[in-house]
Amino acid sequence: MLRRRDLLLGVTGTALAAGLPASGGADLAPLSALPGKRPLIRRAFRPPNYETPLADLVPAFTPNDAFFVRYHLALIPEIDPRTWRLAVGGASAAHPLSLSLSNLREDFEPVSLAAVNQCSGNRRGLFEPRVPGVQWGPGAMGNALWRGVRLRDVLERAGIVAGALEVWFKGADRPALEATPQFQKSLPVERALDDSTLIAFEMNGAPLPRWNGAPARLIVPGWTGTYWMKHLTEVRIEPAPLANFWMKSAYRLPAGAFPAHFASQDTPESVPITEILVNSLITAPAAGARLPRGQRASVSGKAWDNGAGIERVEVSVDGRRSWREAALGRDLGRYAWREFSLPLDTSRAGPIGIAVRAVSRNGTRQPDKLTFNAAGYHDNIVQTLSVEVL
Amino acid sequence: MRGAASGAAGLLLALLLAPPGAAADTEGSIHLKDGPGREVTAGHCALCHSLEYIPANAPAMDRAGWQKTVQKMRERFGAPITDEEAKAILDYLGTSYAGKS
Repeated sequence: MLRRRDLLLGVTGTALAAGLPASGGADLAPLSALPGKRPLIRRAFRPPNYETPLADLVPAFTPNDAFFVRYHLALIPEIDPRTWRLAVGGASAAHPLSLSLSNLREDFEPVSLAAVNQCSGNRRGLFEPRVPGVQWGPGAMGNALWRGVRLRDVLERAGIVAGALEVWFKGADRPALEATPQFQKSLPVERALDDSTLIAFEMNGAPLPRWNGAPARLIVPGWTGTYWMKHLTEVRIEPAPLANFWMKSAYRLPAGAFPAHFASQDTPESVPITEILVNSLITAPAAGARLPRGQRASVSGKAWDNGAGIERVEVSVDGRRSWREAALGRDLGRYAWREFSLPLDTSRAGPIGIAVRAVSRNGTRQPDKLTFNAAGYHDNIVQTLSVEVL
Repeated sequence: MRGAASGAAGLLLALLLAPPGAAADTEGSIHLKDGPGREVTAGHCALCHSLEYIPANAPAMDRAGWQKTVQKMRERFGAPITDEEAKAILDYLGTSYAGKS
């Protein structure tokens, strides 16, 4: 018996052919292709919100044309990289700058870093009880090799004045109505100065695709995608918290329920979402798969966390009664996902209940029960699925 | 807002409506259920986003949920919806797209 959770976790995969009506649930969303992208799961086409199908989450690095697309606002710029400028300033900047793409490439040390970009609302469509928002399955995420420059180096060039509290970011995407708040986000100054926080202009060895933030975007490894500002146009060093809808109302979690790392934006009731929780995704076998008896098979997939690094991945093939440690793939870097695999015994016919749980070096492991929150964030519960050997 | 606009000065943006894309990705591909208030709902909601958000969110929605959403669109996102229109929209969504169990 297939459940909605199985459907969303990809059991039907590419069997959901293009052209199906987008009716009712996330499970029936059609596949369709944005210009320059391969067919992805269309959650919405305006603003464009397209999810990566499970099959495209199998490679160690998610192909650029398969990488998920997420926008809040409907007007997406097509920016000429030759005339693009990044303004760096703010009340806590000593020497405001205007940087071209060539300035970024030539005047700063280049850095490459593999990191998972995961939307805060990834797996929202699996929440029980259901919550409103884009009804993502597990594919509002991907892993890529990002190349750019350290945000810290750029901020230091602009001169960070004492009393700097946050760094504010503005992108070039715009709302359809002037009255709608532009998408702007901030980071605590410590996180902005972290070695891993980049202004990236390349993804997997190619310029950023239009739908993933060309010509330059923010990379905030270990934190959810909401901070990874696309089409970056302005960076401001400021002595005050950014007070807008996207910081004060959206992307918030109940205080005390999850890790919190953004004190200047906290209230007694709620805190901003920040770090990614330890999680994993089974990419094979598919839920509901029928496996030929005696054929080689394995339980495999990806595990990731906030950058502490994956300690181990445990797999159960007996309905969570016992657990065995999966083999881990190559370490692609602490912010990348880690591939795991464990051979699956198909010598006896019958059903197999599979479960996977990842354990992070930060001391956390995937929980059995969802911590409900109204925005539908942080679904990292242990994934289970059933297959049958025939 | 010292210097807020300075960086945008040299920026050439071609702001385009996202995207014509594949033939399926058009407003015409989304058919809202018939019912009183359908036109005013489609007209206002489609100003900023495709109408597929409505059926996609129905399983998470009851009348109270739609009330909060309509209020958010008016107060936070500046949707130009009058009180009378808001009531018609809420009646329509609360009747046709309230699938929360």
